Amino acid sequence: MKKAMVTMAVASAMAVTGTAAHAQLLGEIMDRGYLQCGVTEGVPGFSFPDDNNVWTGIEVDYCRALAAAMFDDPDAVRYTPLTSQVRFESLANANIDVLSRQTTWTMTRDTDLGISFVGTMVYDGQGFMVREDAGVTSALELSGAAVCIEAGTTTELNAADYFASNGMDLSNAVVFVGQDEVEQAYIDGRCDVYTTDSSVLAASRSTFPDPDAHIILPEIISKEPLGPSIRSGDTEWLNVTRWTYFALLNAEELGVTSENVDEMLGSDNPAIRRLLGVEGDFGGPIGLPTDWGYRIIKHVGNYGELYEAHLGENTPINIPRGINALWTDGGIQYAPPIR
Amino acid sequence: MSSSQSGYVRSTMAEALPPPRSTTGVGAWMRANLFSTPVNSVLTIAGAALVIWLAVPLWNFLVADAVWSDPEGIRGEACRFDGVGACWIFIQARIKFFIYGFYPNAELWRVNLMFAIGVVLLIPLLTPKAPFVRTAAVLFFIVYPFVAYFLMAGGDLLGLGVVELRRVPTAEWGGLTLTLIISLIGIIVSMPVGILLALGRRSELPIVKTFCIAFIELWRAVPLITVLFMASVMFPLFTPQGADPDVLLRAIIGICLFESAYMAEVVRGGLQAMPRGQYEASQALGLSKVKTLGLVILPQALKHVIPGIVNTFIALFKDTSLVSIIGIFDLLNTVRAAGSDMAWRSPTHAVTGYIFAGFVFWIFCFAMSRYSIFMENRLHTGHKR
Repeated sequence: MKKAMVTMAVASAMAVTGTAAHAQLLGEIMDRGYLQCGVTEGVPGFSFPDDNNVWTGIEVDYCRALAAAMFDDPDAVRYTPLTSQVRFESLANANIDVLSRQTTWTMTRDTDLGISFVGTMVYDGQGFMVREDAGVTSALELSGAAVCIEAGTTTELNAADYFASNGMDLSNAVVFVGQDEVEQAYIDGRCDVYTTDSSVLAASRSTFPDPDAHIILPEIISKEPLGPSIRSGDTEWLNVTRWTYFALLNAEELGVTSENVDEMLGSDNPAIRRLLGVEGDFGGPIGLPTDWGYRIIKHVGNYGELYEAHLGENTPINIPRGINALWTDGGIQYAPPIR
Repeated sequence: MSSSQSGYVRSTMAEALPPPRSTTGVGAWMRANLFSTPVNSVLTIAGAALVIWLAVPLWNFLVADAVWSDPEGIRGEACRFDGVGACWIFIQARIKFFIYGFYPNAELWRVNLMFAIGVVLLIPLLTPKAPFVRTAAVLFFIVYPFVAYFLMAGGDLLGLGVVELRRVPTAEWGGLTLTLIISLIGIIVSMPVGILLALGRRSELPIVKTFCIAFIELWRAVPLITVLFMASVMFPLFTPQGADPDVLLRAIIGICLFESAYMAEVVRGGLQAMPRGQYEASQALGLSKVKTLGLVILPQALKHVIPGIVNTFIALFKDTSLVSIIGIFDLLNTVRAAGSDMAWRSPTHAVTGYIFAGFVFWIFCFAMSRYSIFMENRLHTGHKR
């Protein structure tokens, strides 16, 4: 009920301010001198304050990339931590310019709330965790296994669907009320498999005394595309946010990293020259300087670098790249070319 | 004839024997108080078992198995082993964050200075018969808020360009500092507003009375969490886009209005308890209405309801943690955010953070409650049984 009311309020606010939304946000941000970015209150790998109270995480780095493109200074960002209850209202009220906060891209949100999703930073989804010594390498081998599931969630339904559609046996599933109970049951060895969203699995595993003894299987059985969003109606700002995201992906595809970006300025590859603003002006049409791409890569890095730094194998979270790999590496991260 | 010759009468007092062993010492005390009846014995044993059952794991977790220090410096790995207890070095590592939130490191002296001035001014106000109470009151209630705001927020003092501090937006305030700021403002504002509302509710002027009743009943009828949501989400919909006042300010105003309504009812309880004779007596003395209230009625009425007032203050202090749901970084929220730092991941660091937050809240609430008992005892004149 409350949710419905809030949704209505947001929608009506959007209707009232619909004309105001045409105001060019990019110019406003440039005048203001900093970007306002909505983040989580602390989700490992996505956005959290580190030991020095500095926000960090892959979603924070997206905001840093935007600031780098606009100001040549990735630190020109003010972060607003938002709970999941107030995130859309905060965006609607223009308290923030971009919401980069573990938000699943769904049709309702994209169409009803007056917001537009920019892209998918991380394709999350339900996964399975098993003990390494079980010798299992694929979720398809889990038939008959004791699976720990939280009761009454979409997790339970997704698992049932997945097992049924692959002709597997889920009769040994152990169902608990509450996430903590599920985790504890798995630790205590009451079941062989623990299933929930894979980023949660990874974060939970990292708190185990022996994280290396557990692996997350590569199969993802539900869709949770997490991405940044903005207010609808401002095409210029949509272009800036969208192409910043695409630049991160294109840079990885072209092998441009924060370390070699200066050498790459002299590259003969026209795609790289266009990305870095050496050839043609692709910044002007979106209201940014010619070297916007160079700034992003130089200050923040490419998508692969961000993923490795915050979620990849060398981090405690360690979510395998999986479908978040580039399309050239068998994943589904794909960006239109800059030309 | 001397009595010494008699063999039947003692000439000296017999030496007093110690009481029978069964009535003295630890054993007897236990028999009398703990094992006097079979039921008592069972209860004692059950109680002792319960205490041991609770205390031993608690001791192990909080002290014996806890990580107090790490020879290799403060780092997350120290708490990452099987059977680890409380991870106290996590608190040690992030204590600054818990106290100051995101406040810039170089400017922390401003927060400390603000607290120091506040404490110096509060001491005479809270100590009975202290000198300079009047001066301290004026400074604390009128001058101090501006000084404190200038120290916290920074900017250009009076626009003269003489003293200029770096601006710190309220989004960077946080931690225990913010919890104290919110609750202190709430307490200081809700008290006088509450008194006025209580008087207004008993007023004979229909407009005043209706307004006060409507105000009190409206705010008491909504949960604080709804008030905060309204303040943070709905209110900006009525103001021009991007021009809305600071979210912290909105939350504080919401809390003040909410607590004033509760305070009003507590104070009204005290006013109801005043016998009619008190009003009549002061009228007979020729006191004006204002003087009757200020010199006769309110001092007595407020004294009666000290427990209720302090109850409201303590509840307010704890309620401030609700601001975390609208993304304000109070103490509880800083603890939670720090807990998501993967560098510190361990089986217990998050729990340790919550224990720490709970302990800090307890210290402040307990101090308030002791102070209220002290005030009650001092003011008990003529009512002590």
